[in-house]
Amino acid sequence: MTITEKILAAHTDQKKVAPGEIINVKVDLVLGNDITAPVAIQEFEKLGFTQVFDREKVVLVPDHFTPNKDIKSAEQALILKKFAQKYRITNYFEVGRMGIEHCLLPEQGLVGPGNLVIGADSHTCTYGALSAFSTGVGSTDLAAAMASGEIWLKVPSSLKFIYSGQLSPWVGGKDLILFTIGKIGVDGALYAAMEFTGPVIRQLPMADRFTICNMAIEAGAKNGIITPDEITLAYVKGRIKKPYYVYQSDPEAKYEATFDFDVTSLEPQVAFPHSPENTRPISAVGNVPIDQAVIGSCTNGRLEDLRLAASVLHNKKVHPYVRLIIIPGTQEIYRQALQEGLIEVFLTAEAVISTPTCGPCLGGYMGILAKGERAIATTNRNFIGRMGHPESEVYLANPAIAAASAILGRIAAPWEVS
Amino acid sequence: MELRGRVWRFGANIDTDLIIPARYLNVFDPLELAKHCMEDINPAFAQEIQPGDIIVAGKNFGCGSSREHAPMALKAAGVSAIIAPSFARIFYRNAFNVGLPIFESSPAAENIRAGDEIVINMITGVITNLTQNEQYQATPIPPFMQEIISAGGLISHIQRKKREGK
Repeated sequence: MTITEKILAAHTDQKKVAPGEIINVKVDLVLGNDITAPVAIQEFEKLGFTQVFDREKVVLVPDHFTPNKDIKSAEQALILKKFAQKYRITNYFEVGRMGIEHCLLPEQGLVGPGNLVIGADSHTCTYGALSAFSTGVGSTDLAAAMASGEIWLKVPSSLKFIYSGQLSPWVGGKDLILFTIGKIGVDGALYAAMEFTGPVIRQLPMADRFTICNMAIEAGAKNGIITPDEITLAYVKGRIKKPYYVYQSDPEAKYEATFDFDVTSLEPQVAFPHSPENTRPISAVGNVPIDQAVIGSCTNGRLEDLRLAASVLHNKKVHPYVRLIIIPGTQEIYRQALQEGLIEVFLTAEAVISTPTCGPCLGGYMGILAKGERAIATTNRNFIGRMGHPESEVYLANPAIAAASAILGRIAAPWEVS
Repeated sequence: MELRGRVWRFGANIDTDLIIPARYLNVFDPLELAKHCMEDINPAFAQEIQPGDIIVAGKNFGCGSSREHAPMALKAAGVSAIIAPSFARIFYRNAFNVGLPIFESSPAAENIRAGDEIVINMITGVITNLTQNEQYQATPIPPFMQEIISAGGLISHIQRKKREGK
């Protein structure tokens, strides 16, 4: 079996599972946010459930429109808080402790290898970087799982992505996943598990692994996953407070397809509007002026991402007609960025620094685009209207590209910044 | 059971941001959401849709965000069913969970035109195009999903199981 199949089987009373089989699994953790949880809570209460399956295994993170952007958003966030109080939910994260959910949960040690996590947020697949099975669901599935601690799932077939070679400077997890989505398309892994492996993955730090698994959904995948190694175990050590289980894919495990990529000559990638599959290497971008750059999100809002951006922005100024918005993923990332002097670099460069929020990534607030405006962003989606006006444009890239672009006022590589 | 309606056509990879932009997700009243359904791709959609109308679209319908607000908005706008060669997996679950039937059929998605009048047999998955006098087969809804539909949605399905002591 693959690691995905082993984790799923371990959460049933079966010894084995096979792709296509519909199974009922016990979940280790369920997650909701200020957009999806209010709907789930309404379902949960309307139907008379009086308790959650385990108050320590329900996580509520108001992160999308918080700190509340308007009265309606405030009312949605209040629904979370009241529910958390009523059911004494241990893992409710109020603004001030809150972070972008997929940066926060791993940091807080809430997810470990071999765990099974469902979240009412499509980027829940991020935790595959920790060798967990995790997948996004909707609000009704969340409501049912909060009540029962279970969910039905179809066992996905697995696709194997093997990366070999040597990564060039300024090329990282974001470029690997954008390149991959460019190759297979936004439905290239529909319903499937994407298992990322090979010597390049084995050398990647956790931040890059989170970025890769985070965007598995952008290829239509059910989950993205990386099997555990020393880097995984070093990350969870000292953080995780509950049992975890190390599974590896069997050598004879079956894959629906295997993709081999030699990434030695891979350049930083940019996804053009309006699809994450419209990728081009940075050398083929041409002259694309920008109005805004966003560095943050559950895809690239981690400390390593901020360090990368700061290395480009050091002693530089943001272009006079560009807004650079930097959003640390969690309070802890913010604090560390402050201690390391990264925040000073950003302020000196005349960037703005926001409290953790999903904000502009989904066109919520904190950096909305006007008609005809263009942004480069380290976020995950560049759909029509994603960051504001339906006639605005979003280009996706890694934090170094976003930082260099903010300085030069057009999409640019970090080596162009002298 | 049959569904009969007039067809709206959309292309491939219709994402949930197009179905209901996130800027409207500070509410979750389905009727409020319905007012902005498909706004960024067809601003007339919410005004002109008639109850019972059917969407026929290209592959990977409903990709992107997990927002259940997307099938909620479509259903509240009056859409009675969606036909596409494939659906994004979270949207697929959400549609059934809110009671919006969806059907996978490549021939139907290729041949049905905007404005056609079609009939879908919910049980067999046979789609009849009354305008073009054609028939197409959609993948019948899996038995497990039929159970959920017959219970009236996922929550009721769980309650039923609870009552039966399973």
